[in-house]
Amino acid sequence: MEAYVEGELKELRDVFNSGKTKESSWRRSQLQGILTLFKERENDILKALNQDLGKHHVEAYRDEIGTVVKSAKYALGNLKKWMSSKKAKLTLNSFPGSAKLVPEPLGVVLIISSWNFPFGLSFEPIIGAIAAGNAVILKPSELAPTCSSVLANTINDYLDTSAIKVVEGGSNVGEILLRHKFDKIFFTGGPRVGEIIMTAAAKFLTPVTLELGGKCPAVVDYISSSWDKKIAMKRIIWGKFGACGGQACIAIDYILTSKKFTPILVEMLQKYIKKSFGDNPMESHSITRIINKKHFSRLKGLLDEPGVKSSIVYGGKSNEECLFIEPTILVDPPLDSAIMTEEIFGPLLPIITLERIEDSVEFIRARPKPLAVYGFTNNESLQKKMISETSSGSITFNDAIIQYVADTLPFGGVGGSGYGRYHGKYSFENFSHEKAVTKRGYLIDFGFRYPPWNNKKLQLLTSGLRYDYITLVFIKLGLKSKA
Amino acid sequence: MASEEETKTSSPVFDAEAASCLMKELRGTFIAGKTKSFEWRSSQLKSLLKMVEDSDKQICDALFSDLSKPEMEAYIHEIAMIKSSCKLALKKLKDWMKAEKAKTNLGSFPSSAEIVPEPLGVVLVISAWNYPLLLSVDPVIGAIAAGNAVVLKPSELAPAMSSLLAKLFGKYLDNSAIKVIEGAVPETTALLEQKWDKIFYTGNGRVGRIVMAAAAKNLTPVVLELGGKSPVLVDSNIDLAVTARRIVSGKWGCNNGQACVAPDYIITTKKYAPVLIDSLKHNLVKFFGEDPLNSPDLSRLGHSNHFARLKNLLDDDKLAGKIIHGGQSDKSNLKIAPTIVLDAPEDSLIMNEEIFGPLLPIVTVEKIEDGIEFINSRPKPLAAYVFTNTKPLKEEFVSKISAGGVVINDVTLHLMVDTLPFGGIGDSGMGAYHGKFSFDAFSHKKAVLYRGFFGDAPARYPPYTPGKLRLLKALLDGSLFGIIRALFGFS
Repeated sequence: MEAYVEGELKELRDVFNSGKTKESSWRRSQLQGILTLFKERENDILKALNQDLGKHHVEAYRDEIGTVVKSAKYALGNLKKWMSSKKAKLTLNSFPGSAKLVPEPLGVVLIISSWNFPFGLSFEPIIGAIAAGNAVILKPSELAPTCSSVLANTINDYLDTSAIKVVEGGSNVGEILLRHKFDKIFFTGGPRVGEIIMTAAAKFLTPVTLELGGKCPAVVDYISSSWDKKIAMKRIIWGKFGACGGQACIAIDYILTSKKFTPILVEMLQKYIKKSFGDNPMESHSITRIINKKHFSRLKGLLDEPGVKSSIVYGGKSNEECLFIEPTILVDPPLDSAIMTEEIFGPLLPIITLERIEDSVEFIRARPKPLAVYGFTNNESLQKKMISETSSGSITFNDAIIQYVADTLPFGGVGGSGYGRYHGKYSFENFSHEKAVTKRGYLIDFGFRYPPWNNKKLQLLTSGLRYDYITLVFIKLGLKSKA
Repeated sequence: MASEEETKTSSPVFDAEAASCLMKELRGTFIAGKTKSFEWRSSQLKSLLKMVEDSDKQICDALFSDLSKPEMEAYIHEIAMIKSSCKLALKKLKDWMKAEKAKTNLGSFPSSAEIVPEPLGVVLVISAWNYPLLLSVDPVIGAIAAGNAVVLKPSELAPAMSSLLAKLFGKYLDNSAIKVIEGAVPETTALLEQKWDKIFYTGNGRVGRIVMAAAAKNLTPVVLELGGKSPVLVDSNIDLAVTARRIVSGKWGCNNGQACVAPDYIITTKKYAPVLIDSLKHNLVKFFGEDPLNSPDLSRLGHSNHFARLKNLLDDDKLAGKIIHGGQSDKSNLKIAPTIVLDAPEDSLIMNEEIFGPLLPIVTVEKIEDGIEFINSRPKPLAAYVFTNTKPLKEEFVSKISAGGVVINDVTLHLMVDTLPFGGIGDSGMGAYHGKFSFDAFSHKKAVLYRGFFGDAPARYPPYTPGKLRLLKALLDGSLFGIIRALFGFS
């Protein structure tokens, strides 16, 4: 395996050095290749997602195919703009001259994706890496094996395999990869592995992007309008259970609401859960199942903790053989229980009740920074308070998860939820180096730059640095001396 | 009897416990919201500016004590640059702090969005000894402008400046949020064990790796401003007089070669080398006189280890007969004269480590284009320079050479341009700063998306149907026509 990986990496390095991936035509052809891949192999992808995760094909299309196609088209449409240099202003001391920022690829990049959105979280960074002109190696998650294999096959069939490669496998393959030098590592996953990756990257001074997770809270204000309530419920349910069954880094983890609103909220949630998933959610195939026994046991363990079990007000049933846990609502489990201190990543929804909704801000602030914060409220002052007094990757009002499809918004974490960002042009920038290029002429050369030093030269220099042209001219003309 | 006196005079050690208390205090200040307001940031920047303006003599004295830095270099490269950086931050702060509107696409319609900058929290700045004022205060300006609490750890290898900074920061700035911790490896290690929201390090690759590995334990993002061997490619189609002046001042007029962006070595054609060397020698004498070791315009070497390392490079057997100018040294004053080495063997020490001193190797090639391949076969430097009037060579250099920054027909200048990001790539580092890039380096740009309850696409929600799928496809595609068709039931 080690020799195989080394051989692959050597080829990538040679191909990158040949300059092939820098050509705009190559980048375009690969982005087009991605579009063709998704068009022609849509069924294989949907089948694989169903096989590994029990993902319904509409959900799969929405979250993994549609989004990638959108992003690839967006990159194609903006590629020329992104690849072009940007002018920068210069100070007088470097006059006459010009300066610009030239984007260039980093080189050979490693992308490690996760099991919950195996296609989406592989291709979104790949799109950025290709658009920026890099050679890429992808290591998909072994926990979604059918998807991993389809990824490897389709990339082999549709993209330039001399510059874009897939290496399948588990942590042993990951370890082998991390022993080599990359020009960037892009990781989506949990903090424990994130730390391993950053530590390995430090040996080579490789820059890293870590897309992690966290406990994304949803603050739900008292909603009186019945229309608003209906929409809010649907969005909350979708935000918790509708994307990979809660196994998403930006899924709603828990709700904060006022004691006053809680009964209404719980009743409406139950009503809409039934409406969305039917009376027997296991039969409806509308909810993605739990990825494997390990996570299933973990989630069951969260519920079995004393004090937590008694706080369940809806759901709680599970079927180990089918790796299914039904949508479950809890009210006020103990704050020091695991369900309230670890990222849930599953279909369990704790509701924490507060005296006043504004207390939610303090609650969120006292905890690690999540990838997303949600606020279901039209109260502008609460919105402002949430924006300025909490910190998270992003904050979305009156909806959840949807920020993922916004090409103009940077997607990434802060603090425990990670660092670095992507989507849209941020994907391009993530895999680029913005090289500062300064051009000078020979015609005018200010003698005061050079030793031997004296006071007059100092004055000229400081005026120049201050864009103080008038003083500069006066000093040169001998009309002004040390200020 | 002696023990009592001993305990009285020994100062408290900055250990893990002290670091933990420090962090607790700063985090308290940050959480209380003090550093976030425009007024606080602006007042601290103003105090910083006043601090530098009031203390210029003390700063020059400290720089002279630590490095024998000529007063002019102290002003131009350190004091003036800090003042200019402060003033820019003060002028632009309101703008930088504003939210930036972002367009939204059809997939999330109707909605509005913006990107809001917010401080990261409590940040650590570790600076270097060669520009001990600049490399300490410039990142701190960025940290303050972005609204963070900050700890500065100046380099212990420039002790006069370290202690001056501790004194001045204590006097001029808000100590509940901005602190200086002096010390060496033990103190730095204690600091690195804490959970920072960002670490900004300027120095070398060896310690850079240690910093990043320590940061990894807390998933702390880092900026590493390192160095490398910044090459200068010199063509024959140039204005020789200006070229030679610029190279000489960039190499020996900037801390005597001890700068991360100092020209490290020159590449030129075998044919042109003698002409270039002559002009370099001529300018050396013009700037520093016949006896450069005694010129007041030449900095000394930072510390004795550094002198020893450079002497070692010179004494390398492989350099025998290759030293064509200079080579004199004065150990007691830690000075080495400007030295030129011609065609040192590729495996000599001087060709394999960052020189960071007054030794200038010249590598000769057959054709000038071979120089580009030479540079590319080596680690990416912080800066790369080319002197030529030939347009194709300029273009090839810019497109083929990957470096933090590239300058055509000059050296080191790009450092002073605050509209350019200053930082490395590959072995020369990660991240960038200067001007707005400093503010950005210490900020988190939070995406804020506002949705109304008004427009809602039921297509998103379960239970899923083929009709919903059609609509979703159209929505994600961004095609209005597609949406209309889907709504009317066409596939």
